Amino acid sequence: MNELIIALVGQPNVGKSMLINSIADARLKVGNFSGVTVEKAEVRFIAQERSIKIVDLPGTYSLNDYTQDERVTKEFLENEHYDLIINVVDATNLERNLYLTTQLLELDKKMIVALNMMDEAHKEGICIDHELLSSILGVPCVKVSAATKKGIGKLLNRTIDISNFPHEKSKLIYSDVVEEEVEKLSFFLKQKRYKTELPYRDLVLKLLQENPKIYHKMHDEPIWLEFSPLLKESLEHLYLHHETKDVGEIFAEERASFAKGAVTEALTCKKSVSQNMTEKIDALLIHKFFGIPIFIFLMWALFQLTFELGSIPMDWIDAFFVSLGNYAKTIFGDGELGSMIADGAISGVGAVVMFLPNIVILFFGIALLETTGYMARVAFLLDGFFHRFGLHGKSFIPLVTGFGCSVPAYMSARTLKNDKDRLITLFIIGFMSCGAKLPVYVLFAGAFFSQEHAGNVLFLIYIAGAFIGLIAAKFLKKFVFKGVDEPFVMEMPKYRLPSVRLIWHTVATKAIMYLKKAGTFILGASLLIWFASNYPKYPSIEESFAQKIELAQSVEEKATLENEKAQLLLEKSFLGIIGKSTDVLFAPIGFDWKMTIALESGLAAKEVVVSTLGVLYALGSEVDEGNESLIGALQGQISFASSVSFIIFVMFYLPCMAASIVFTKESGSYKYLFYLFVFTTVIAWGLAFVGYRVALLLG
Amino acid sequence: MTLSEMNAGEKAIVTRIEADGELKQRLFSFGLRKGSHLKIKATSIAKSTMEIEVGSTLLALRFEEAKRIGVQRA
Repeated sequence: MNELIIALVGQPNVGKSMLINSIADARLKVGNFSGVTVEKAEVRFIAQERSIKIVDLPGTYSLNDYTQDERVTKEFLENEHYDLIINVVDATNLERNLYLTTQLLELDKKMIVALNMMDEAHKEGICIDHELLSSILGVPCVKVSAATKKGIGKLLNRTIDISNFPHEKSKLIYSDVVEEEVEKLSFFLKQKRYKTELPYRDLVLKLLQENPKIYHKMHDEPIWLEFSPLLKESLEHLYLHHETKDVGEIFAEERASFAKGAVTEALTCKKSVSQNMTEKIDALLIHKFFGIPIFIFLMWALFQLTFELGSIPMDWIDAFFVSLGNYAKTIFGDGELGSMIADGAISGVGAVVMFLPNIVILFFGIALLETTGYMARVAFLLDGFFHRFGLHGKSFIPLVTGFGCSVPAYMSARTLKNDKDRLITLFIIGFMSCGAKLPVYVLFAGAFFSQEHAGNVLFLIYIAGAFIGLIAAKFLKKFVFKGVDEPFVMEMPKYRLPSVRLIWHTVATKAIMYLKKAGTFILGASLLIWFASNYPKYPSIEESFAQKIELAQSVEEKATLENEKAQLLLEKSFLGIIGKSTDVLFAPIGFDWKMTIALESGLAAKEVVVSTLGVLYALGSEVDEGNESLIGALQGQISFASSVSFIIFVMFYLPCMAASIVFTKESGSYKYLFYLFVFTTVIAWGLAFVGYRVALLLG
Repeated sequence: MTLSEMNAGEKAIVTRIEADGELKQRLFSFGLRKGSHLKIKATSIAKSTMEIEVGSTLLALRFEEAKRIGVQRA
């Protein structure tokens, strides 16, 4: 038998992704914010000896292609091949959810309704007669709870049952006015024995909804002469009754009243809860005066935690890799192989792995923000402020996601309807420092600021980045992407405690991805950097130094000469040549060529910045036995002003390759990538210059 | 009067919606249409956005959008 293709459709925040997780234990991201599953996610599995594919479509409030996400869903439902729809509805918010259901019923496909969140509905005192609802809608309704995994098996069984039976028409009926006109027009078509593939009822409804295709077809047929006056008359009746000539609005009202009617009958009891949890929390979190300070405090706390808590295991990991490097040298010797493994692979990978704890804490915080429903509140709080900078309150979500990783951030900008708002948001996402930039900050903040201040510096870096981002947005809105504002209308989902399983999934996946990257991409890059910094070889230089060292009197003199040799060789290596040839560009902002190279390699991935520093300074400090850690090496070789300048440059320059590719895709043109490159580079360089000069003055 | 003139804590019934097609459809799908009962839950600082409750849905919208929604105190 063929594969059974199921489209999973529902409004945002109804637990769709959680449901698909419960069905197939798939690792999909589940969120509480509009449109977390932006990408079309699919799951394949086998049940009752049938292979099944479930396509998780982006959440949509209706089939009206308002946002890009919703367009994806609409287009899939109208054009792609699928056998059956599972419509997931939130049982605690039935009426609004059934609005979408009525639109889905109009598609005339096999369908099943999953009444999700029944556990919550019970708690709120809502009872639903699902059998009655089934008979009203004409499609089966199954009570489920994705959170407690109740009813999942039953849903699956019913789904497979339906797929085996022939399709039955739904029982969607409209108001008497519409039904009368449908009856009248259908009767006429029947009398004329009009031949059409569609049933008369469907045909007439499509005509009343002003479906252009049907009009086009019938317009050229003889029947049109007699039929069109009748149709016009029917429409006039509808206009009169609904007090509007907008058929979109008329049918929206029709659907809404059908949904309302269905709920009135099927909802058998509803206790009115005086003040529910969401209201109590909202009273505090979106408080007129406390709301924003609370938000800022929470963000501050997150960055403090990221640094303070993260620094504990960080020291262990650092120490571990240093001793691992030394151990490797005892095994592989001090020669080329030993150096490649210890100074190349281990130093580079170690420099990246060291920051795993920070990354985990940061992603944990962002996952919490995403899944609890707090994000929408912040959008609400900040819209007024954002609006002044030419941004939309909803831009907040991609921007915060950008603190984790720019790639999903670029994607989540799709929830913005207006193209210009979206482009502005896309342009400044990079200014929200991503997780991969964190190691650079932690490293430099740790090296150049005292332990007590490092956490605050980190917070300041992020805030400053965001602030410059806002100013840049204002600039773009005023001079580049001028245009009308998108209306701000969004749902504030109920607060929900995220399941531990879900948070764990999200954080663990991110951590594994980070480690994988360290073990593959970063490892490769580190080896490349090591090679480029060790070759070509200069035997004559090495020899002359060897003689000098031989002749040296004291131990100190020997050490100095060793250092000189290492530096000279490094400067003459491939990497040194590249770095030196481009460092004129960076000299005014206080970079030496090593920093230049680290920065340039960061274009591939931001993690490479620290791994490159790790390799370069591990080589340079070989002789300095007293201080082997990277932080020590940086303190010794980079001035405070240069480090400030470096941090600033990293904050604003072009995001990594992967992110740039996604940016190009989402913005729709390579032209924009070029603009982004120029835009970010100019800002990064300019601000780094200012920062460097100020830091020099401060000493 | 319009929704933008209401204060937090007040209740109202929608009498008309003066929005263009897309926004109107959007409001419909959120359950906001002529005859809907709503309650203003909160307004943000400087009155830029407001939170309203329609049915069991919580919605956030700008005062600019609220100006286009005609209401009647309930």
